Amino acid sequence: MNVKQDHNLLEIKNLKMYFPINKGLLRRKVGDIKAIDDISFDIRENETLGLVGESGCGKTTTGRCILRLYQPTSGNIIFNGMDISSIPEKQVRPLRSHMGAIFQDPFGSLNPRQTARTIAGMPLIVHHMLNKRELDDKVTELLNLVGLDSSMMDRVPHEFSGGQRQRLGIARALACRPSLLVCDEPISALDVSIQAQIINLLEELQKNLGLTYLFIAHDLSVVQHISDRVAVMYLGRIVEISKSKELYQNPMHPYTKALLSAVPIPNPVIERTRVRVVLKGEVPSPAHPPEGCHFHPRCEIATQDCRKERPLLRDVGSGHEVACFRV
Amino acid sequence: MPVLLDVKNLRTYFHTHRGLVKAVDGVSFHISEKEIVGLVGESGCGKSVSMLSVMQLIAIPPGQIVSGSAMFDGHDLLKYKPKGDEMRAIRGSKIAMIFQEPMTSLNPVLTIARQVTETLELHLKMDTQTARKRAVELLKLVGIPEAEGRLDSYPHQFSGGMRQRVMIAIALSCNPKILIADEPTTAVDVTTQAQLLELMQEMVNRFNTSLVIVTHNLGVVARYAQRIYVMYAGRIVESGLSEDIFLRPLHPYTIGLLKCVPQLGETKSDRELVPISGLPPNLIKMPQTCAFLPRCSFVTEKCRLEPWPELRSAGEQHYVSCYVDTREIT
Repeated sequence: MNVKQDHNLLEIKNLKMYFPINKGLLRRKVGDIKAIDDISFDIRENETLGLVGESGCGKTTTGRCILRLYQPTSGNIIFNGMDISSIPEKQVRPLRSHMGAIFQDPFGSLNPRQTARTIAGMPLIVHHMLNKRELDDKVTELLNLVGLDSSMMDRVPHEFSGGQRQRLGIARALACRPSLLVCDEPISALDVSIQAQIINLLEELQKNLGLTYLFIAHDLSVVQHISDRVAVMYLGRIVEISKSKELYQNPMHPYTKALLSAVPIPNPVIERTRVRVVLKGEVPSPAHPPEGCHFHPRCEIATQDCRKERPLLRDVGSGHEVACFRV
Repeated sequence: MPVLLDVKNLRTYFHTHRGLVKAVDGVSFHISEKEIVGLVGESGCGKSVSMLSVMQLIAIPPGQIVSGSAMFDGHDLLKYKPKGDEMRAIRGSKIAMIFQEPMTSLNPVLTIARQVTETLELHLKMDTQTARKRAVELLKLVGIPEAEGRLDSYPHQFSGGMRQRVMIAIALSCNPKILIADEPTTAVDVTTQAQLLELMQEMVNRFNTSLVIVTHNLGVVARYAQRIYVMYAGRIVESGLSEDIFLRPLHPYTIGLLKCVPQLGETKSDRELVPISGLPPNLIKMPQTCAFLPRCSFVTEKCRLEPWPELRSAGEQHYVSCYVDTREIT
């Protein structure tokens, strides 16, 4: 299971997700929030693809579209060879046993009144209809898998610490033995000293169970650590995608460069001499994105072309793709 | 550089229905003129409470400042009544504070103008017109575009980063001696974080202010702080110059904190992360021994028997509270 395969588990093609803006007494549609504006990428089996970007760039929406928690406006989501982008909800449900999700807030994503047994076992009940005795065995196995003790089975979420709660969330996501896990900011709500425990757990589970991850986060150093490849999103579009190491050593898009230089390095000697690219201004509203390249108003090297035309992702060698006219 | 604020042996306890919480338990620190100091620790380690105690912003009850002194300008701030005139003359004027969540620390029903001019009128006794002019200058200074036009907007019309800029403008309005920034960038994106930190550094240099950055993220202070205090379970476990803390850390907790975060550009094939095992301690019913003991990988017999070690000198301006000489082991 450890060998990286070339088979694409997930293919996203020209995915768009627009949310209507309704205004006035009749709630007439006056525009669209273009949360995802035509993105394409693949995730190979047993691979981790990191998705980074600032808040509001559409990374969470992408994850939710893949899980079909949203019905995308257009485009294809091909999971395991099957296009799931527009199939009816009834057919989506059984598919969800092949996909798991871990969310940011382990306080908000677990029902405070349910015991660990119910939380971790619910997907099994929903998908496989196990009987009670089997359930206990299965939940014990799941809890052990994520480093929790089976004696904790009858506890409710508030009796767990933040890190343990996130482990419980992972156990639930793994209950049906999915092939794909969508991890949406799984560690940003945790204490620094606990984050590494969860990262290591996710890496170990991937190795042992042959999982494929879509790892969504805003912290570039964490994403680079866990991912094989990283995609950088800005205002609903992917601006650069490449192997994790390559993205750090040879960032090409001006936004990626700015993002990298904004990540603090815990070494005062390096930090004090490092030149920081501080971006001017703020991310524009996705309701009225700029024409052409979305990044041009904040870009130092933008030209006339950048204001008119949208740069598409193009390969600049060994799978490193960038959407910029100037590189 | 002369010392501006000298806090000694500060203890702040909270009486809760579950028991006594010793949030800050014997903390001493100082801030010199024009210095940038980092105070680092995880949530619940007492870093915010230490700062709030100095400002006398702790709710009493359930809180109680049990002991300690905070010498500022020849006076002990902790001797002042929290709501007395002397304390109010210092709070927001001589020592200003920026909080984590700019949405909750700005009043949502008052205009930006009102909130910026309030301190100017109160502390500097400016009249309304002068205060408004000054407010525009301040907002321009912190990089808010079209400051005049936005003076009469409300906080919700500003983005998170812009709100934090307004907070910085308010904090700097009376030209304070010390600016305390409590997790100033936790709620914002990395690029905004970089903008805000650069802005704060520029501002304190310009106004000759000392700055305390309170944060859980060691990386944030590496670029700016000259000295760093590391807190754990209500105490300072290590303090020293920035270079010493980051490059020659001595306390097992500091060593652990630096090893458990991925460095930029590092992938899983380069290095596996070394997590700090276990959980942060429960501050109720703390043991007499070192609070980091259950999570420490350097534990000796002495650690289990002796009380929590006092800070000892381990080099110039470098102090650590640990019985073990980690330098010999690592």
